[in-house]
Amino acid sequence: MQRQSASMKRNLFHQDYLDEQFNELEELQDDDNPNFVEEVVNLFFTDSVRLIRNVDLALANEPCDFGRLDDLMHQVKGSSSSIGAKRVKRECSKFQEYCNERNIDGCKRAFQGVKQEYATLKTKLDAYFQVAREAS
Amino acid sequence: MNLGVGSVVKTMSGASCSVSWKSGGSDKVSDQFPAGLRVLVVDDDPTCLMILEKMLRNCHYEVTKSNRAEHALSMLRENRNGFDIVISDVHMPDMDGFKLLEHVGLEMDLPVIMMSADDSKDVVMKGVTHGACDYLIKPVRIEALKNIWQHVIRKKKHELKDKDFDQSTSVEDGDQQQKPPEDVDYSSSANEGSWKSSKRRKEEDETEERDDLSTSKKPRVVWSVELHQQFVQAVNQLGIDKAVPKKILELMNVPGLTRENVASHLQKYRLYLRRLSGVSQHQNGLNNSFMGHPEATYGTMTSFNGLELQALAATGQLPAQSLATLQAAALGRSATKSAISMPLVDQRNLFSFENPKLRFSEGQQQLNNSNKQINLLHGIPTTMEPKQLADLHQSSQSFVAMNMQGNARMQQNNALLMHMSQQQQQSSRAQMLNETNNGQVSRPPLSMSQPAAVLSRNSIVDNVRGPIYNPVSQTSSMVDFSLNQTTELQNNSFPLVSSNSGMSTLTSKRLLLEEVNSDIKGSRGFPPGYDIFEELQQQKTPDWGLPNIGSNFGASDHSSIPGTLDVSPSMLVQQGISSMKKNGLNGNSPIGGPQLNLFSGGNLLPVKAEQLPDTSYQNTFFPEQFGQDDLMSALLKQQESVGQVETEFGFDGYSPLDNLPV
Repeated sequence: MQRQSASMKRNLFHQDYLDEQFNELEELQDDDNPNFVEEVVNLFFTDSVRLIRNVDLALANEPCDFGRLDDLMHQVKGSSSSIGAKRVKRECSKFQEYCNERNIDGCKRAFQGVKQEYATLKTKLDAYFQVAREAS
Repeated sequence: MNLGVGSVVKTMSGASCSVSWKSGGSDKVSDQFPAGLRVLVVDDDPTCLMILEKMLRNCHYEVTKSNRAEHALSMLRENRNGFDIVISDVHMPDMDGFKLLEHVGLEMDLPVIMMSADDSKDVVMKGVTHGACDYLIKPVRIEALKNIWQHVIRKKKHELKDKDFDQSTSVEDGDQQQKPPEDVDYSSSANEGSWKSSKRRKEEDETEERDDLSTSKKPRVVWSVELHQQFVQAVNQLGIDKAVPKKILELMNVPGLTRENVASHLQKYRLYLRRLSGVSQHQNGLNNSFMGHPEATYGTMTSFNGLELQALAATGQLPAQSLATLQAAALGRSATKSAISMPLVDQRNLFSFENPKLRFSEGQQQLNNSNKQINLLHGIPTTMEPKQLADLHQSSQSFVAMNMQGNARMQQNNALLMHMSQQQQQSSRAQMLNETNNGQVSRPPLSMSQPAAVLSRNSIVDNVRGPIYNPVSQTSSMVDFSLNQTTELQNNSFPLVSSNSGMSTLTSKRLLLEEVNSDIKGSRGFPPGYDIFEELQQQKTPDWGLPNIGSNFGASDHSSIPGTLDVSPSMLVQQGISSMKKNGLNGNSPIGGPQLNLFSGGNLLPVKAEQLPDTSYQNTFFPEQFGQDDLMSALLKQQESVGQVETEFGFDGYSPLDNLPV
């Protein structure tokens, strides 16, 4: 089990789903907070739902408020970077670039990318934590 | 390190009050410093907040978290000594992180670290100009947090140096200066504790004034209103570009002040000025925020005319009658634009900064001398004659008569907000008195001038300029804040710049004040007193640190009055009054409230916005302390005795307030 969880983690890193920040979180985990990482990740996914939704709503607006979109995406990016969600962060940056160019279509496409990476990460981390819990 | 020092890690999600160790904490952790460092972390992102909290706790810091800037600010205000350092995100929905930064810097003078996922140069630069002591890029790593204690020490050390001045009149200098080095022994936090306590001890040893001055619980150097006024005046005289610490020091001629003190203060001031010039005025914002500021007991600086009066009245500072009078007068009068520099009550006087006996009159003189027009006491109703009051009032602030004394003219013209800042020259005051002898203004007996911010709104108009201002200008730091007013208060700017030049300054200031007034309203928690000075001083729309406040100040082209003006007059008044009482009529209590450390060169003025609860705040106004009614009566008395002013007050040296019948 432990080996499995370790290898899962390795893969996540290898595929850029996670980055160094995730390690930082794991280092914070201690006996007093044995599930710290999982708690933080859960908090992230819970909280970012509303951010994602806000972006969706903002994108549906006509005309598009790029300032607000950029702001919202900045929040998503900040949040995801704090847990080490590398791919999600990358997609957020792409979105912000399109925002700067005021390219609404580009934004919409990039947003799809964000949502996709976000969903994928969630699935993978859920699985990872499950294994990790069983391993401990 | 273990947390065994008893640090309580408080984690809150924005709702509870933080329990802080206060200074006790530092003593406790002395052996384990930086363990136990009390950190307040503010971020709207719950994920980040949770991570940061954990990281900080792992560093053995005492952590309080908040996801709302407003809440964090109120926690800080409630518990000024409860935190050592603040970490804040830049982008937050309820308040811009930089605004929070400014507030904290101005009011509490705590080191603030900004953080953001945004690493663009502009944003980082903004952090620098606003006075952040560091900027972290998210995601933040624990390594970056391990060393944040250095900012705390650095700041304390800096303050300690500045404090030398405050604490010592002359003798202690040497001792004090030696202290910092000793105290700053970072290797052991014991030093920190002892440093603080020794500082305190020193304070206690000092004369009353000093004690009062350093009443603040924190061992930070406080640039009192009066002191700052002197500083600003000196800088104005030299010209901001040519103002070098050495010359400023000479001009200020304050015993015990070192060049280093001035240098660091100047640096901050410059930052502040720079910021102001780049900040748009938030006219209304200031006022609003100002009003909202919990500590702004000054009473919002809302439209001076009506609101202020009302506020004043409400605060009891302004007797209803006066209020009515003022209002009536104000309505009837158009504020002449003269730059009336109400003699700022010498803060010193109020707080017995250096001379316990400084009376109001003295303070006023000094105020007059200093050019600062500080709209210290917004709400302080001056006991000016109705007519005069009206004048003053244009901005509707009755200014504590104290200052008014000298400024008969000022009163005439408009409500002058006199900031009871340090008065620099009694002579000017004397002159002012002379002027007022015209009968225009019945100067309120000096006794009035108790610290309570004699804020006379100087809507002194040009006419005043002539006669009165000459003298006034010399001394006055008239706080001419008619900040709230959009009118003529023109004198907002530091009135008095030495003798005639003051007039022009006043005028400009006035404008500033007007603008400021509007701004002030919005200002939030503008640290009282100090800000005012600053504002008055020169900045255009002082956005001094105070998010709202500064910007509005004197939006007009003139020197924007530092956000300080925002302090609602009433606040000032209150403070002044209270301080007066406390200090036994020191006379000029410059805008009370937090020590006027406000001047934020950059954004944050080292204002110790601490409201000293009961101590004689010499530097601060604590409204509660003084009976505003008393102040009012004093003012009234003073006014009546205009003619006698000279004799009474001994304008050549204002008779100590003590003598003034209160």
